Amino acid sequence: MSINATLIGQMIWFALFIWITMKYVWPPLQKAMADRQQLIADGLAAGERGKLDLELASKRSADTIREAKEKAAGIFAEADKRAAQMIEEAKADARAEAEKVYNAKLAELEQDAERARSALRERVAELAVAGAEKILRREVNAAAHADMLAGLKQEL
Amino acid sequence: MASGETLTTSGYITHHLTNLKVGSGFWTFHLDTLIVSGALGLLVFGSLAVIASRATSGVPKGWQNFFEMVLGFVNQQVKDTYHGNHPLITPLAITIFIWVFVMNAMDLIPVDFLPVTASAAGVHYLKVVPTTDPNLTFAMSITVFLIMIYMNFAVKGVSGYMHEIFTAPFGAKLAPVNVLFRIVEDIAKPISLSLRLFGNMYAGEMVFILIALLGIWQLPLALPWALFHILIITLQAFVFMMLTIVYMSMASESH
Repeated sequence: MSINATLIGQMIWFALFIWITMKYVWPPLQKAMADRQQLIADGLAAGERGKLDLELASKRSADTIREAKEKAAGIFAEADKRAAQMIEEAKADARAEAEKVYNAKLAELEQDAERARSALRERVAELAVAGAEKILRREVNAAAHADMLAGLKQEL
Repeated sequence: MASGETLTTSGYITHHLTNLKVGSGFWTFHLDTLIVSGALGLLVFGSLAVIASRATSGVPKGWQNFFEMVLGFVNQQVKDTYHGNHPLITPLAITIFIWVFVMNAMDLIPVDFLPVTASAAGVHYLKVVPTTDPNLTFAMSITVFLIMIYMNFAVKGVSGYMHEIFTAPFGAKLAPVNVLFRIVEDIAKPISLSLRLFGNMYAGEMVFILIALLGIWQLPLALPWALFHILIITLQAFVFMMLTIVYMSMASESH
């Protein structure tokens, strides 16, 4: 173990290698590594953003679907209501119509009955006259009454 | 195995622990340390520079992927410990971790393989693992120490740094004690840093050499020790890097 001028030579080697590393090795490699890191970070950020976008889009589509469902349900309810209303209206109409027809028929019937009754009434007078005629025809004896009739004729 | 040297056990060990030298006295150069560490560094950091220049921010493949993982790991350690933003700290930590790791990894090549190959080519001494040379570990720790001093000045300014040296931790009245403490603290840092790495790698190499002396019995022993050594190699590289980051963090924060 002896310290000699080799020491100086080794210091020169060492300084040279430090210089090479400092000038030609570390900066380009560091730059490549930093660039890659940036690239990866950018990629990850883009991925994250894409995920966020997807989440937003799916949320928006869910919202849209829910809205549409709500709207459809509203429309259904409206339609149901409307249908019920229409049925009610139709029922009311039908009832009114039926009543009208019934009343008309009733009035007609009453008229007919009246007409029949009046016709009958007329016929009753006729019948009475006819009956009276028949009775009179049987009761009146022309011979028996000829004296009376002759007396009447004298008085004239 | 050097020519003309007898094949005794101690001779074998000594031979393995001798550097390939030129020059004399202080101006001795350990050629093996300089060449192996330099070649490994040029190979690794040159490849890294090429990979980095071709790096894409798309899907990383092959080596880019691997080194992004390693450098990302080192950068994470820096971020966790060092809260300043000086552009030198992460490259420094990366350099230390990778360079120390590949130099330590030379330990996993069978101990005789490269020396014998070199011997055949006429080179008679070759200490393959550069981190077993204290010159290298001290060179690294002293460089770290100098950067640490620079960081102190750069972050705190001259007055802030001086104020810290003279008043922390006991206040202005005990300035001499503070300065003394500071000197001991700061000098202990590079020494512990370099001796820890050197000691670990030297001991590991020594165990490999001793195992290689066992003849046929080295076969069942070398593999487990090599597998275990992978842990030590990585751990020592990590510890050197981590402590450097801690020292830089301490240099950049006011007490």
